[in-house]
Amino acid sequence: MIRQGRCWKLGDNISTDHIISGKYKFEAINDINRMLIHVFEEVIPGFYKMVRPGDIIVAGKNFGKGSSREHAPRLLKIVGIGAVIAKSFAHIFYRNSINIGLPVIIAKVIPDITQNSDVIEVNLVEGYIKNITQGVVEHIQQYPKSIELILNAGGIVEYIKRYGEPPWQGNIR
Amino acid sequence: MGLIDRIASHILEKDVTPGEIVVAKIDVIYAQDGTAPLVIDVIENELNIKKLVAADRSYFFIDHSAPAPHIAAASVHRKMRFFARKYGVNLFDVGYGISHQVVVEDGIARPGMIAIGADSHTPTIGAIGVYATGVGSTDAAIAMIYGELWLRIPETMKIILTGALPKGVYSKDIILSIIGDFKTDGMISKAVEFHGDTLRSLSIDARMVITNMCTEMSAESAIIPVDGVAINWLKEKGYDIFRKVNEENLGEYVDETVVEVSKLEPMVSTPPDVDNVRSVDEVEGIEIDQVFIGSCTNGRLEDIEVVARVLKGRKVNKKIRCIVAPASRKVYMEALRKGYIDILIESGCIIAPPTCGPCVGAHMGLLAEGEVAISTTNRNFPGRMGHKESKIYLASPATAAASAIEGRITDPRRYLS
Repeated sequence: MIRQGRCWKLGDNISTDHIISGKYKFEAINDINRMLIHVFEEVIPGFYKMVRPGDIIVAGKNFGKGSSREHAPRLLKIVGIGAVIAKSFAHIFYRNSINIGLPVIIAKVIPDITQNSDVIEVNLVEGYIKNITQGVVEHIQQYPKSIELILNAGGIVEYIKRYGEPPWQGNIR
Repeated sequence: MGLIDRIASHILEKDVTPGEIVVAKIDVIYAQDGTAPLVIDVIENELNIKKLVAADRSYFFIDHSAPAPHIAAASVHRKMRFFARKYGVNLFDVGYGISHQVVVEDGIARPGMIAIGADSHTPTIGAIGVYATGVGSTDAAIAMIYGELWLRIPETMKIILTGALPKGVYSKDIILSIIGDFKTDGMISKAVEFHGDTLRSLSIDARMVITNMCTEMSAESAIIPVDGVAINWLKEKGYDIFRKVNEENLGEYVDETVVEVSKLEPMVSTPPDVDNVRSVDEVEGIEIDQVFIGSCTNGRLEDIEVVARVLKGRKVNKKIRCIVAPASRKVYMEALRKGYIDILIESGCIIAPPTCGPCVGAHMGLLAEGEVAISTTNRNFPGRMGHKESKIYLASPATAAASAIEGRITDPRRYLS
Protein backbone atom coordinates (compact mmCIF):
# COMPACT_ATOMS: atom_id res chain seq x y z
CA MET A 1 0.00 0.00 0.00
CA ILE A 2 1.48 3.34 -1.07
CA ARG A 3 -0.14 6.64 -0.15
CA GLN A 4 0.90 10.23 -0.57
CA GLY A 5 -0.76 13.31 0.82
CA ARG A 6 -0.62 16.64 2.55
CA CYS A 7 -0.04 16.52 6.28
CA TRP A 8 -2.10 17.75 9.22
CA LYS A 9 0.32 18.12 12.10
CA LEU A 10 -1.02 17.48 15.60
CA GLY A 11 0.54 17.24 19.07
CA ASP A 12 0.52 14.64 21.85
CA ASN A 13 -2.49 13.00 23.48
CA ILE A 14 -5.08 13.64 20.77
CA SER A 15 -8.11 11.83 22.22
CA THR A 16 -11.10 10.23 20.59
CA ASP A 17 -13.05 13.15 22.07
CA HIS A 18 -10.84 15.54 20.11
CA ILE A 19 -11.54 13.58 16.94
CA ILE A 20 -15.27 13.43 17.57
CA SER A 21 -16.90 14.55 20.78
CA GLY A 22 -18.90 11.88 22.60
CA LYS A 23 -21.94 14.13 22.58
CA TYR A 24 -22.43 13.51 18.85
CA LYS A 25 -22.46 9.74 19.16
CA PHE A 26 -26.20 9.40 18.97
CA GLU A 27 -26.36 11.38 15.73
CA ALA A 28 -24.64 8.45 14.06
CA ILE A 29 -27.32 5.93 14.84
CA ASN A 30 -28.88 6.13 11.44
CA ASP A 31 -26.20 8.01 9.55
CA ILE A 32 -22.57 8.38 10.58
CA ASN A 33 -22.17 11.01 7.84
CA ARG A 34 -24.10 13.49 9.96
CA MET A 35 -21.12 13.58 12.35
CA LEU A 36 -18.59 14.50 9.66
CA ILE A 37 -18.88 18.25 10.12
CA HIS A 38 -17.87 17.87 13.78
CA VAL A 39 -14.57 16.02 13.18
CA PHE A 40 -11.72 17.83 14.98
CA GLU A 41 -14.00 20.85 15.46
CA GLU A 42 -12.35 21.88 18.72
CA VAL A 43 -8.78 21.19 17.56
CA ILE A 44 -8.80 22.47 13.98
CA PRO A 45 -11.79 24.77 13.43
CA GLY A 46 -13.13 24.28 9.89
CA PHE A 47 -11.25 20.98 9.44
CA TYR A 48 -14.14 19.35 7.63
CA LYS A 49 -14.15 22.04 4.93
CA MET A 50 -10.36 22.06 4.51
CA VAL A 51 -9.49 18.35 4.57
CA ARG A 52 -8.78 16.74 1.20
CA PRO A 53 -8.94 13.05 0.27
CA GLY A 54 -5.54 11.45 0.83
CA ASP A 55 -4.41 13.86 3.55
CA ILE A 56 -2.23 12.28 6.23
CA ILE A 57 -2.23 12.98 9.98
CA VAL A 58 1.14 13.22 11.72
CA ALA A 59 0.89 13.36 15.52
CA GLY A 60 2.85 12.89 18.73
CA LYS A 61 2.39 10.43 21.58
CA ASN A 62 -0.73 8.50 22.53
CA PHE A 63 -2.91 9.30 19.52
CA GLY A 64 -6.52 8.17 19.94
CA LYS A 65 -6.51 7.91 23.72
CA GLY A 66 -9.72 7.70 25.67
CA SER A 67 -12.93 6.07 24.59
CA SER A 68 -13.33 2.81 22.69
CA ARG A 69 -15.57 4.73 20.28
CA GLU A 70 -14.97 3.34 16.80
CA HIS A 71 -16.58 6.37 15.23
CA ALA A 72 -13.25 8.14 15.66
CA PRO A 73 -11.19 6.17 13.09
CA ARG A 74 -14.25 5.54 10.91
CA LEU A 75 -14.86 9.27 10.57
CA LEU A 76 -11.19 9.96 9.79
CA LYS A 77 -11.39 7.38 7.02
CA ILE A 78 -14.66 8.78 5.67
CA VAL A 79 -13.32 12.36 5.51
CA GLY A 80 -10.50 10.94 3.42
CA ILE A 81 -7.52 10.59 5.77
CA GLY A 82 -5.14 8.15 4.06
CA ALA A 83 -3.00 7.23 7.07
CA VAL A 84 -2.17 8.31 10.61
CA ILE A 85 1.47 8.50 11.68
CA ALA A 86 2.18 8.98 15.40
CA LYS A 87 4.87 8.38 17.99
CA SER A 88 2.49 6.00 19.77
CA PHE A 89 -1.16 5.04 19.68
CA ALA A 90 -3.73 4.16 22.31
CA HIS A 91 -4.28 0.46 21.72
CA ILE A 92 -8.05 0.46 21.16
CA PHE A 93 -7.74 3.20 18.53
CA TYR A 94 -4.90 1.26 16.91
CA ARG A 95 -6.94 -1.95 16.72
CA ASN A 96 -10.04 -0.10 15.54
CA SER A 97 -8.09 1.60 12.75
CA ILE A 98 -6.68 -1.68 11.46
CA ASN A 99 -10.11 -3.27 11.65
CA ILE A 100 -11.61 -0.55 9.46
CA GLY A 101 -8.63 -0.37 7.08
CA LEU A 102 -7.05 2.92 8.15
CA PRO A 103 -3.23 2.54 8.14
CA VAL A 104 -1.72 3.51 11.51
CA ILE A 105 2.05 3.85 11.62
CA ILE A 106 4.33 4.20 14.65
CA ALA A 107 7.29 6.49 13.89
CA LYS A 108 10.10 8.14 15.84
CA VAL A 109 11.56 10.81 13.53
CA ILE A 110 8.87 12.01 11.14
CA PRO A 111 6.55 13.35 13.90
CA ASP A 112 9.41 15.53 15.21
CA ILE A 113 10.52 17.08 11.92
CA THR A 114 7.20 17.41 10.09
CA GLN A 115 5.50 20.78 9.66
CA ASN A 116 1.84 21.32 8.89
CA SER A 117 1.07 20.91 5.15
CA ASP A 118 4.32 19.02 4.35
CA VAL A 119 3.82 16.29 1.76
CA ILE A 120 4.16 12.80 3.22
CA GLU A 121 4.55 9.44 1.50
CA VAL A 122 3.57 6.22 3.22
CA ASN A 123 5.02 3.12 1.58
CA LEU A 124 3.93 -0.01 3.36
CA VAL A 125 5.22 -2.20 0.53
CA GLU A 126 8.83 -1.22 1.12
CA GLY A 127 8.37 -0.32 4.80
CA TYR A 128 9.15 3.37 4.97
CA ILE A 129 7.53 6.76 5.40
CA LYS A 130 8.95 9.91 3.84
CA ASN A 131 8.52 13.62 4.37
CA ILE A 132 8.87 14.63 0.71
CA THR A 133 8.88 18.37 1.47
CA GLN A 134 11.87 18.01 3.78
CA GLY A 135 13.47 14.97 2.19
CA VAL A 136 13.51 12.84 5.34
CA VAL A 137 12.95 9.08 5.19
CA GLU A 138 12.16 6.83 8.14
CA HIS A 139 12.03 3.06 8.03
CA ILE A 140 9.09 1.53 9.84
CA GLN A 141 8.40 -1.82 11.40
CA GLN A 142 6.48 -4.21 9.19
CA TYR A 143 3.04 -5.29 10.30
CA PRO A 144 2.51 -8.91 11.23
CA LYS A 145 1.20 -10.80 8.20
CA SER A 146 -2.43 -11.05 9.33
CA ILE A 147 -2.63 -7.31 10.03
CA GLU A 148 -1.14 -6.53 6.64
CA LEU A 149 -3.81 -8.72 5.07
CA ILE A 150 -6.56 -6.85 6.93
CA LEU A 151 -5.22 -3.44 5.89
CA ASN A 152 -4.72 -4.44 2.27
CA ALA A 153 -8.30 -5.66 2.09
CA GLY A 154 -9.54 -2.32 3.46
CA GLY A 155 -10.46 -3.67 6.89
CA ILE A 156 -11.48 -6.93 8.51
CA VAL A 157 -15.08 -6.72 7.34
CA GLU A 158 -13.91 -6.34 3.72
CA TYR A 159 -11.48 -9.21 4.24
CA ILE A 160 -14.18 -11.51 5.54
CA LYS A 161 -16.55 -10.48 2.76
CA ARG A 162 -13.89 -11.44 0.24
CA TYR A 163 -12.48 -14.62 1.79
CA GLY A 164 -15.31 -15.82 4.02
CA GLU A 165 -13.24 -15.97 7.21
CA PRO A 166 -10.80 -13.88 9.27
CA PRO A 167 -7.17 -13.83 8.05
CA TRP A 168 -5.80 -15.70 11.05
CA GLN A 169 -7.62 -18.86 10.09
CA GLY A 170 -4.50 -20.69 8.95
CA ASN A 171 -2.22 -17.67 8.96
CA ILE A 172 -1.24 -16.90 12.53
CA ARG A 173 -2.05 -20.15 14.26
CA MET B 1 6.26 -14.05 32.90
CA GLY B 2 3.44 -11.96 34.35
CA LEU B 3 -0.06 -13.21 35.10
CA ILE B 4 -1.46 -12.07 31.75
CA ASP B 5 1.16 -14.06 29.84
CA ARG B 6 0.41 -17.01 32.13
CA ILE B 7 -3.32 -16.85 31.38
CA ALA B 8 -2.70 -16.60 27.64
CA SER B 9 -0.10 -19.40 27.78
CA HIS B 10 -2.49 -21.60 29.74
CA ILE B 11 -5.29 -21.08 27.23
CA LEU B 12 -3.08 -21.53 24.17
CA GLU B 13 -1.19 -24.45 25.72
CA LYS B 14 2.17 -22.93 24.77
CA ASP B 15 4.45 -20.24 26.20
CA VAL B 16 3.61 -16.81 24.82
CA THR B 17 5.86 -13.77 25.13
CA PRO B 18 5.06 -10.06 25.24
CA GLY B 19 4.75 -8.54 21.78
CA GLU B 20 3.56 -11.81 20.29
CA ILE B 21 0.31 -11.81 18.36
CA VAL B 22 -1.93 -14.72 19.26
CA VAL B 23 -5.44 -15.82 18.40
CA ALA B 24 -7.34 -16.85 21.49
CA LYS B 25 -10.78 -18.09 22.36
CA ILE B 26 -12.49 -15.27 24.25
CA ASP B 27 -14.43 -16.28 27.37
CA VAL B 28 -16.55 -13.15 27.82
CA ILE B 29 -17.46 -10.55 25.17
CA TYR B 30 -19.53 -7.47 25.92
CA ALA B 31 -20.70 -4.16 24.56
CA GLN B 32 -22.81 -1.28 25.86
CA ASP B 33 -25.38 1.05 24.34
CA GLY B 34 -22.67 3.39 23.07
CA THR B 35 -20.77 0.69 21.19
CA ALA B 36 -23.41 -1.99 20.55
CA PRO B 37 -25.10 -0.21 17.59
CA LEU B 38 -21.92 -0.63 15.52
CA VAL B 39 -21.54 -4.23 16.73
CA ILE B 40 -25.03 -4.90 15.42
CA ASP B 41 -24.29 -3.12 12.12
CA VAL B 42 -21.14 -5.17 11.53
CA ILE B 43 -22.90 -8.47 12.26
CA GLU B 44 -26.26 -7.88 10.61
CA ASN B 45 -25.64 -5.36 7.85
CA GLU B 46 -21.97 -5.40 6.91
CA LEU B 47 -21.37 -9.16 7.19
CA ASN B 48 -24.93 -10.48 7.10
CA ILE B 49 -24.19 -13.15 9.73
CA LYS B 50 -27.11 -15.28 10.89
CA LYS B 51 -25.57 -17.13 13.83
CA LEU B 52 -23.00 -16.22 16.47
CA VAL B 53 -20.56 -18.92 17.59
CA ALA B 54 -20.14 -17.11 20.92
CA ALA B 55 -23.74 -15.98 21.55
CA ASP B 56 -23.83 -17.59 25.00
CA ARG B 57 -20.58 -15.80 25.97
CA SER B 58 -21.80 -12.46 24.61
CA TYR B 59 -23.47 -9.74 26.69
CA PHE B 60 -25.15 -6.43 25.94
CA PHE B 61 -25.50 -3.80 28.66
CA ILE B 62 -27.88 -0.87 28.43
CA ASP B 63 -26.02 1.32 30.90
CA HIS B 64 -24.71 4.49 29.28
CA SER B 65 -27.86 6.41 28.42
CA ALA B 66 -30.22 4.49 30.62
CA PRO B 67 -33.11 5.02 31.03
CA ALA B 68 -33.28 6.57 27.54
CA PRO B 69 -32.93 10.37 27.76
CA HIS B 70 -34.05 10.92 24.16
CA ILE B 71 -35.65 9.11 21.25
CA ALA B 72 -32.32 8.37 19.58
CA ALA B 73 -31.16 6.43 22.67
CA ALA B 74 -34.55 4.73 22.97
CA SER B 75 -34.17 3.54 19.37
CA VAL B 76 -30.71 2.14 20.07
CA HIS B 77 -31.99 0.32 23.13
CA ARG B 78 -34.85 -1.16 21.13
CA LYS B 79 -32.43 -2.31 18.43
CA MET B 80 -30.24 -3.97 21.10
CA ARG B 81 -33.22 -5.81 22.61
CA PHE B 82 -34.37 -7.12 19.21
CA PHE B 83 -30.86 -8.18 18.27
CA ALA B 84 -30.23 -9.91 21.61
CA ARG B 85 -33.45 -11.89 21.31
CA LYS B 86 -32.80 -12.85 17.68
CA TYR B 87 -29.19 -13.95 18.18
CA GLY B 88 -29.34 -15.29 21.74
CA VAL B 89 -27.03 -12.65 23.19
CA ASN B 90 -27.48 -12.07 26.95
CA LEU B 91 -29.04 -8.67 27.60
CA PHE B 92 -28.88 -6.61 30.79
CA ASP B 93 -31.52 -3.97 30.40
CA VAL B 94 -31.94 -0.49 31.87
CA GLY B 95 -31.38 -0.39 35.62
CA TYR B 96 -29.50 -3.68 35.99
CA GLY B 97 -26.14 -2.00 36.31
CA ILE B 98 -22.92 -0.81 34.72
CA SER B 99 -21.24 -3.51 32.61
CA HIS B 100 -17.93 -3.83 34.47
CA GLN B 101 -19.67 -3.96 37.83
CA VAL B 102 -22.17 -6.58 36.69
CA VAL B 103 -19.70 -8.95 34.99
CA VAL B 104 -17.79 -9.18 38.28
CA GLU B 105 -20.73 -9.07 40.69
CA ASP B 106 -22.76 -11.68 38.80
CA GLY B 107 -19.83 -14.04 38.31
CA ILE B 108 -19.85 -13.70 34.51
CA ALA B 109 -16.11 -13.00 34.48
CA ARG B 110 -14.12 -15.26 36.77
CA PRO B 111 -10.42 -15.70 37.52
CA GLY B 112 -8.33 -17.05 34.66
CA MET B 113 -10.64 -15.88 31.89
CA ILE B 114 -9.87 -13.69 28.89
CA ALA B 115 -12.55 -11.03 28.52
CA ILE B 116 -13.02 -8.23 26.01
CA GLY B 117 -15.45 -5.36 26.31
CA ALA B 118 -16.34 -2.69 23.80
CA ASP B 119 -15.70 -0.10 26.49
CA SER B 120 -12.38 1.40 27.43
CA HIS B 121 -12.76 0.65 31.14
CA THR B 122 -12.91 -3.12 30.66
CA PRO B 123 -9.57 -3.58 32.54
CA THR B 124 -11.66 -2.94 35.69
CA ILE B 125 -12.50 -6.63 35.87
CA GLY B 126 -8.81 -7.55 36.10
CA ALA B 127 -9.31 -6.98 39.84
CA ILE B 128 -10.39 -10.62 40.11
CA GLY B 129 -7.55 -12.08 38.03
CA VAL B 130 -9.13 -11.76 34.58
CA TYR B 131 -7.08 -10.82 31.50
CA ALA B 132 -9.43 -8.09 30.33
CA THR B 133 -8.98 -5.52 27.62
CA GLY B 134 -11.09 -2.86 25.95
CA VAL B 135 -11.78 -3.10 22.23
CA GLY B 136 -13.91 -1.37 19.61
CA SER B 137 -17.20 -2.48 18.13
CA THR B 138 -15.75 -4.38 15.15
CA ASP B 139 -13.49 -6.44 17.44
CA ALA B 140 -16.44 -7.27 19.69
CA ALA B 141 -18.51 -8.24 16.63
CA ILE B 142 -15.75 -10.49 15.23
CA ALA B 143 -15.32 -12.18 18.63
CA MET B 144 -19.07 -12.77 18.90
CA ILE B 145 -19.19 -14.23 15.36
CA TYR B 146 -16.09 -16.47 15.56
CA GLY B 147 -15.61 -16.86 19.31
CA GLU B 148 -11.97 -15.81 19.03
CA LEU B 149 -9.85 -12.76 18.34
CA TRP B 150 -6.25 -11.75 17.68
CA LEU B 151 -4.52 -10.20 20.64
CA ARG B 152 -1.08 -8.70 21.00
CA ILE B 153 0.29 -9.84 24.35
CA PRO B 154 1.30 -6.67 26.21
CA GLU B 155 4.44 -6.20 28.25
CA THR B 156 3.65 -6.09 31.96
CA MET B 157 4.62 -3.40 34.45
CA LYS B 158 4.63 -4.48 38.09
CA ILE B 159 3.40 -2.03 40.72
CA ILE B 160 3.94 -2.93 44.35
CA LEU B 161 1.67 -1.22 46.88
CA THR B 162 3.15 -1.18 50.33
CA GLY B 163 2.12 0.19 53.73
CA ALA B 164 -1.20 0.93 55.41
CA LEU B 165 -3.69 3.46 54.07
CA PRO B 166 -3.80 6.59 56.26
CA LYS B 167 -7.14 7.98 57.45
CA GLY B 168 -9.15 9.54 54.62
CA VAL B 169 -7.03 7.90 51.92
CA TYR B 170 -8.62 5.27 49.69
CA SER B 171 -7.80 3.17 46.65
CA LYS B 172 -8.94 6.12 44.47
CA ASP B 173 -6.18 8.23 45.99
CA ILE B 174 -3.64 5.46 45.30
CA ILE B 175 -4.50 5.25 41.62
CA LEU B 176 -4.77 9.04 41.18
CA SER B 177 -1.31 9.36 42.68
CA ILE B 178 0.05 6.67 40.32
CA ILE B 179 -1.55 8.39 37.30
CA GLY B 180 -0.03 11.69 38.42
CA ASP B 181 3.39 10.04 38.34
CA PHE B 182 3.08 7.99 35.16
CA LYS B 183 0.92 10.41 33.14
CA THR B 184 -1.73 9.57 30.57
CA ASP B 185 0.65 7.80 28.18
CA GLY B 186 2.75 6.11 30.87
CA MET B 187 1.49 2.57 30.30
CA ILE B 188 1.06 2.64 26.55
CA SER B 189 1.22 -0.89 25.07
CA LYS B 190 1.63 -2.26 28.60
CA ALA B 191 -0.45 -4.08 31.16
CA VAL B 192 -0.19 -3.31 34.86
CA GLU B 193 -0.03 -6.03 37.50
CA PHE B 194 -0.47 -5.10 41.17
CA HIS B 195 1.25 -6.70 44.15
CA GLY B 196 2.20 -5.77 47.70
CA ASP B 197 1.06 -5.93 51.30
CA THR B 198 -1.44 -3.05 50.93
CA LEU B 199 -3.62 -5.35 48.81
CA ARG B 200 -4.45 -7.42 51.89
CA SER B 201 -6.50 -4.50 53.20
CA LEU B 202 -8.16 -3.70 49.85
CA SER B 203 -11.52 -5.32 49.14
CA ILE B 204 -12.61 -6.31 45.62
CA ASP B 205 -14.63 -3.06 45.54
CA ALA B 206 -11.49 -1.06 46.33
CA ARG B 207 -9.32 -3.03 43.88
CA MET B 208 -11.72 -2.40 41.01
CA VAL B 209 -11.10 1.34 41.41
CA ILE B 210 -7.40 0.78 40.80
CA THR B 211 -7.70 -1.53 37.79
CA ASN B 212 -10.47 0.71 36.38
CA MET B 213 -8.30 3.79 36.17
CA CYS B 214 -5.24 2.09 34.65
CA THR B 215 -7.07 2.91 31.42
CA GLU B 216 -6.23 6.58 32.11
CA MET B 217 -2.52 5.77 31.76
CA SER B 218 -3.31 4.03 28.44
CA ALA B 219 -2.71 0.57 29.93
CA GLU B 220 -4.07 -2.19 27.72
CA SER B 221 -4.99 -4.25 30.72
CA ALA B 222 -4.66 -4.31 34.51
CA ILE B 223 -4.66 -7.34 36.75
CA ILE B 224 -4.45 -8.35 40.40
CA PRO B 225 -3.48 -11.97 41.13
CA VAL B 226 -6.01 -14.08 43.02
CA ASP B 227 -5.09 -13.96 46.72
CA GLY B 228 -6.81 -14.66 50.02
CA VAL B 229 -9.06 -11.60 49.72
CA ALA B 230 -10.23 -12.70 46.27
CA ILE B 231 -10.71 -16.32 47.34
CA ASN B 232 -12.85 -15.26 50.30
CA TRP B 233 -14.88 -13.00 48.04
CA LEU B 234 -15.41 -15.84 45.54
CA LYS B 235 -16.50 -18.19 48.36
CA GLU B 236 -18.90 -15.64 49.77
CA LYS B 237 -20.47 -15.18 46.33
CA GLY B 238 -20.41 -18.89 45.53
CA TYR B 239 -18.27 -18.45 42.39
CA ASP B 240 -15.44 -20.71 41.33
CA ILE B 241 -12.06 -20.04 39.77
CA PHE B 242 -12.74 -20.54 36.07
CA ARG B 243 -9.22 -21.47 35.06
CA LYS B 244 -6.61 -22.34 37.65
CA VAL B 245 -3.54 -20.55 36.35
CA ASN B 246 -0.19 -21.05 38.04
CA GLU B 247 0.54 -17.83 39.96
CA GLU B 248 3.78 -19.10 41.53
CA ASN B 249 7.02 -17.34 40.65
CA LEU B 250 5.55 -14.63 38.47
CA GLY B 251 8.40 -12.54 37.11
CA GLU B 252 10.20 -10.87 34.22
CA TYR B 253 8.36 -7.60 34.14
CA VAL B 254 9.29 -4.81 31.77
CA ASP B 255 9.57 -2.52 34.77
CA GLU B 256 8.73 -2.39 38.45
CA THR B 257 7.87 0.37 40.89
CA VAL B 258 6.95 0.61 44.57
CA VAL B 259 4.23 2.91 45.86
CA GLU B 260 4.52 3.82 49.52
CA VAL B 261 0.81 4.03 50.33
CA SER B 262 1.25 5.16 53.93
CA LYS B 263 2.66 8.49 52.72
CA LEU B 264 -0.33 9.35 50.53
CA GLU B 265 -2.87 12.06 51.13
CA PRO B 266 -6.36 12.48 49.65
CA MET B 267 -5.72 13.32 45.97
CA VAL B 268 -7.63 15.35 43.40
CA SER B 269 -7.23 15.20 39.63
CA THR B 270 -7.69 18.70 38.23
CA PRO B 271 -8.94 19.63 34.75
CA PRO B 272 -8.33 19.38 31.85
CA ASP B 273 -6.68 15.96 32.08
CA VAL B 274 -6.61 13.06 34.51
CA ASP B 275 -2.86 13.23 35.14
CA ASN B 276 -2.98 16.77 36.62
CA VAL B 277 -3.04 15.34 40.11
CA ARG B 278 -2.70 17.44 43.28
CA SER B 279 -3.11 16.68 46.97
CA VAL B 280 -6.43 17.92 48.34
CA ASP B 281 -4.83 20.76 50.33
CA GLU B 282 -3.57 22.33 47.07
CA VAL B 283 -7.11 22.68 45.68
CA GLU B 284 -9.15 23.00 48.87
CA GLY B 285 -11.70 25.79 48.78
CA ILE B 286 -12.46 25.72 45.05
CA GLU B 287 -16.17 26.45 44.77
CA ILE B 288 -18.33 23.72 43.20
CA ASP B 289 -21.81 23.48 41.71
CA GLN B 290 -22.29 19.73 41.60
CA VAL B 291 -21.05 16.52 43.19
CA PHE B 292 -21.38 13.19 41.41
CA ILE B 293 -20.78 9.92 43.21
CA GLY B 294 -21.05 6.81 41.04
CA SER B 295 -19.77 5.17 37.83
CA CYS B 296 -17.71 2.06 37.11
CA THR B 297 -14.94 3.71 39.11
CA ASN B 298 -16.63 4.53 42.43
CA GLY B 299 -20.29 3.53 42.53
CA ARG B 300 -19.91 0.42 44.66
CA LEU B 301 -21.24 -0.45 48.13
CA GLU B 302 -18.03 0.52 49.91
CA ASP B 303 -18.14 3.92 48.18
CA ILE B 304 -21.74 4.58 49.17
CA GLU B 305 -20.95 3.43 52.70
CA VAL B 306 -18.19 6.02 53.15
CA VAL B 307 -20.40 8.74 51.66
CA ALA B 308 -23.11 7.82 54.18
CA ARG B 309 -20.54 7.94 56.97
CA VAL B 310 -19.48 11.44 55.99
CA LEU B 311 -23.01 12.75 55.38
CA LYS B 312 -24.75 11.14 58.38
CA GLY B 313 -26.50 13.86 60.38
CA ARG B 314 -25.18 16.54 58.00
CA LYS B 315 -26.63 18.36 55.01
CA VAL B 316 -25.57 18.80 51.42
CA ASN B 317 -24.79 22.50 50.92
CA LYS B 318 -27.89 24.30 49.61
CA LYS B 319 -26.10 25.92 46.69
CA ILE B 320 -25.06 22.62 45.10
CA ARG B 321 -26.54 19.35 43.82
CA CYS B 322 -25.18 16.03 45.05
CA ILE B 323 -26.11 13.13 42.74
CA VAL B 324 -25.44 9.53 43.75
CA ALA B 325 -25.86 6.63 41.28
CA PRO B 326 -25.21 3.11 42.60
CA ALA B 327 -23.25 1.07 40.03
CA SER B 328 -25.81 -1.74 39.94
CA ARG B 329 -29.19 -2.81 41.22
CA LYS B 330 -27.49 -5.17 43.66
CA VAL B 331 -25.39 -2.32 45.05
CA TYR B 332 -28.52 -0.16 45.27
CA MET B 333 -30.49 -2.83 47.16
CA GLU B 334 -27.65 -3.56 49.55
CA ALA B 335 -27.22 0.17 50.23
CA LEU B 336 -30.96 0.39 50.94
CA ARG B 337 -30.84 -2.59 53.28
CA LYS B 338 -27.94 -1.11 55.21
CA GLY B 339 -29.71 2.24 55.58
CA TYR B 340 -27.17 4.23 53.54
CA ILE B 341 -29.73 5.45 51.02
CA ASP B 342 -31.91 6.84 53.84
CA ILE B 343 -28.94 8.79 55.16
CA LEU B 344 -28.11 10.13 51.71
CA ILE B 345 -31.67 11.23 50.94
CA GLU B 346 -32.06 12.85 54.37
CA SER B 347 -28.86 14.79 53.81
CA GLY B 348 -30.19 16.12 50.51
CA CYS B 349 -28.62 13.81 47.90
CA ILE B 350 -30.41 12.91 44.69
CA ILE B 351 -30.38 9.15 44.07
CA ALA B 352 -30.15 8.25 40.38
CA PRO B 353 -30.72 4.76 38.97
CA PRO B 354 -27.67 2.64 38.10
CA THR B 355 -26.27 4.36 35.00
CA CYS B 356 -23.08 5.78 33.48
CA GLY B 357 -25.15 8.86 32.57
CA PRO B 358 -23.50 11.83 34.33
CA CYS B 359 -19.92 10.52 33.90
CA VAL B 360 -20.18 10.46 30.10
CA GLY B 361 -22.32 13.58 29.89
CA ALA B 362 -25.26 11.55 28.61
CA HIS B 363 -27.90 12.65 31.14
CA MET B 364 -28.91 12.75 34.85
CA GLY B 365 -27.05 15.91 35.72
CA LEU B 366 -25.08 17.69 33.01
CA LEU B 367 -22.97 20.75 33.73
CA ALA B 368 -23.75 24.21 32.35
CA GLU B 369 -21.18 26.65 30.96
CA GLY B 370 -18.85 27.76 33.75
CA GLU B 371 -20.01 25.15 36.27
CA VAL B 372 -17.62 23.13 38.39
CA ALA B 373 -18.09 19.55 39.59
CA ILE B 374 -16.25 17.21 41.89
CA SER B 375 -16.85 13.68 40.74
CA THR B 376 -15.80 10.15 41.72
CA THR B 377 -15.55 9.18 38.05
CA ASN B 378 -12.55 8.58 35.81
CA ARG B 379 -12.23 11.38 33.22
CA ASN B 380 -12.17 15.16 33.39
CA PHE B 381 -11.64 16.10 29.74
CA PRO B 382 -13.29 19.38 28.68
CA GLY B 383 -16.97 18.80 28.03
CA ARG B 384 -16.96 15.27 29.41
CA MET B 385 -19.89 15.91 31.79
CA GLY B 386 -21.59 18.72 29.90
CA HIS B 387 -20.57 22.12 28.54
CA LYS B 388 -17.02 22.37 27.24
CA GLU B 389 -16.48 25.37 29.51
CA SER B 390 -17.37 23.36 32.62
CA LYS B 391 -14.72 21.88 34.91
CA ILE B 392 -14.40 18.46 36.54
CA TYR B 393 -12.28 17.56 39.55
CA LEU B 394 -11.87 13.82 40.22
CA ALA B 395 -11.60 12.50 43.76
CA SER B 396 -12.55 9.70 46.15
CA PRO B 397 -16.13 9.31 47.43
CA ALA B 398 -15.02 10.61 50.86
CA THR B 399 -13.54 13.79 49.35
CA ALA B 400 -16.60 14.23 47.14
CA ALA B 401 -18.97 13.82 50.11
CA ALA B 402 -17.04 16.24 52.32
CA SER B 403 -17.05 18.73 49.44
CA ALA B 404 -20.83 18.31 49.13
CA ILE B 405 -21.24 19.51 52.72
CA GLU B 406 -19.11 22.62 52.31
CA GLY B 407 -19.97 23.44 48.68
CA ARG B 408 -16.27 23.62 47.85
CA ILE B 409 -13.42 21.14 47.53
CA THR B 410 -12.82 19.86 51.07
CA ASP B 411 -10.35 17.61 52.84
CA PRO B 412 -12.42 14.58 53.95
CA ARG B 413 -10.28 13.94 57.02
CA ARG B 414 -12.15 16.59 58.98
CA TYR B 415 -15.37 14.62 58.54
CA LEU B 416 -14.02 11.17 59.36
CA SER B 417 -13.81 10.38 63.05
